[in-house]
Amino acid sequence: MTRTRKLENWILTGGSLLAAAIWTFPLYWAFITSIRTEDRVVSDGAGVVPDEFNLSSYVEALFNTKLLTWYWNSIATSVIITLVVLISGMMCAYAISQMRFPGRRLLYGIVLASFMVPSQALVVTQFILMNDMGLINTWAGIILPQLIVPVVIIVYKQFFDAVPKEMREAVVLDGGGDYTLLFKIYLPLNWGITTALAIITFIMSWNQFFWPFLVVTTENMMTIPVGITQVNDAFGVYYARLMSVALLGAMPVAIAYLIFQKKVTEAVMISSGVKG
Amino acid sequence: MAMITNRRRDVAVAMTLIAPFVLTFALVFLYPTLRMIALSFTDAPLIGEGEWVGLANFKRLLSDRLFFTSLKNNGYFVLLTVVPTTVLALAIALTINRLKGALQSLVLALFFLPYILPVSVVTEIWMWMLDFQFGILQPVFEFFFGKSIPVFKNPYWVMPTVAAVTIWWTNGFNVLLFIAGLRNIPTDFYEAAALDGATRWQMFRRVTWPLLWPVTALVLTLQLILQLKIFDQVYLMSSGGPFNSSYVLLLMVYREAFQLNHGGYASAIALILFVVIMVVSVLQFQLLRARGTK
Repeated sequence: MTRTRKLENWILTGGSLLAAAIWTFPLYWAFITSIRTEDRVVSDGAGVVPDEFNLSSYVEALFNTKLLTWYWNSIATSVIITLVVLISGMMCAYAISQMRFPGRRLLYGIVLASFMVPSQALVVTQFILMNDMGLINTWAGIILPQLIVPVVIIVYKQFFDAVPKEMREAVVLDGGGDYTLLFKIYLPLNWGITTALAIITFIMSWNQFFWPFLVVTTENMMTIPVGITQVNDAFGVYYARLMSVALLGAMPVAIAYLIFQKKVTEAVMISSGVKG
Repeated sequence: MAMITNRRRDVAVAMTLIAPFVLTFALVFLYPTLRMIALSFTDAPLIGEGEWVGLANFKRLLSDRLFFTSLKNNGYFVLLTVVPTTVLALAIALTINRLKGALQSLVLALFFLPYILPVSVVTEIWMWMLDFQFGILQPVFEFFFGKSIPVFKNPYWVMPTVAAVTIWWTNGFNVLLFIAGLRNIPTDFYEAAALDGATRWQMFRRVTWPLLWPVTALVLTLQLILQLKIFDQVYLMSSGGPFNSSYVLLLMVYREAFQLNHGGYASAIALILFVVIMVVSVLQFQLLRARGTK
């Protein structure tokens, strides 16, 4: 019995490691390609064993493309989106959860409904709107339509609902208003959920392709996901360079994920409602 | 009297708290939705005014073969992705769930990693893997089919390939949801089943599967909504070709609006897509709510 158990464990361990290795092989292969010379990449014997360590395509990618500009655009727009979404979301959630005002139920209904609105179907008129406001090829144009993330309000509301009422009273007796309550009590009590939501919002906006692709037409304003597709056109079939650019584009979020793995996992679970 | 002014002040404070969200929502969601509906009844170009044409755009849709091709391809793509990714994610999650400690987080991390990549990174890597001339996967095709296959230029291969790449990219998310679901199942259920001498298959059939069904339903509906909105991967890997065999609704919206300058017609297509996804989403919401009240 124990013997078959042991054998089974070995098969399980070995099998899942093998499956995970196969699953991540495309990333490995991209990396091996990126550290080869272009000639080696397309030569006959170029197998899966690393045989060259050549960083010239990375140098090329960093300094002969607009990659650094795209990083800057991506970081700036994603950080602004994350901050605005979280602050406006927690304010709105606090009002819905803790205050009484006419239209409260309607507002929460709208939040839940907008959760279902496919923003991709709105791009035509969103584009017309941005054009009317003169925001094509600007950060504001990239940012504005990405500011509606209803799940942030829904999750914050759930967590604010759960804060014990007694916590309010001390502040109210001291003459503190709702802003004091929100930023001194409700927010600090929910730092964990705030970081989780920040991670999710940041990753989502960093990876956003469709909207930035539509609203930006000049290379200088592109974000990482849109920019890397331009390198393709410019370089044609230089695979090592293509892979270097792709990996450099994926690097920041990938590294952040590997560092904050637990937190990201938790954030995904909370924001999709499978863990409260 | 003091009570009334207090109450008024409270309402005023509430208004300032909800204003940022409400105003942004009105500007970038509500207004574009209304404008999309209005535009769908006109022959407007992308930028500029158009004439009211009534239902002409919708009538034209009904005789537009590309619209039905796109609709069919959307359906085909849903078939190729939704159930396969759910089954695969469940299998992976069940396996990962039996691993312990560091090994478990390592394997989970490796399966989840692709999900955090930008879509264009994913497509660049796979287009290189599947490159007709130098792709590392072509020997596999040669082994099974006796020849290399230009998957993105072949009408039979293009959709399954895009679907496979999509599953590779997004599967980690579903694995994570299933793992959360598995962790929510109390262990004493299994202990009780073990005491009764249940086999592993019986435990899965009688304990895991019924208790995991709500998460499974969530994964299925989330995937359905997500895959109906396919654009990025198709645009980047095959641009809808060859012979429109990977043309999808959102790609049609994009072409009509941004390349052919048909704002009105594009709005009509977008409106249809909008309604389809809303209907599916409402169904999903009902499912979730049913789960919440249980």
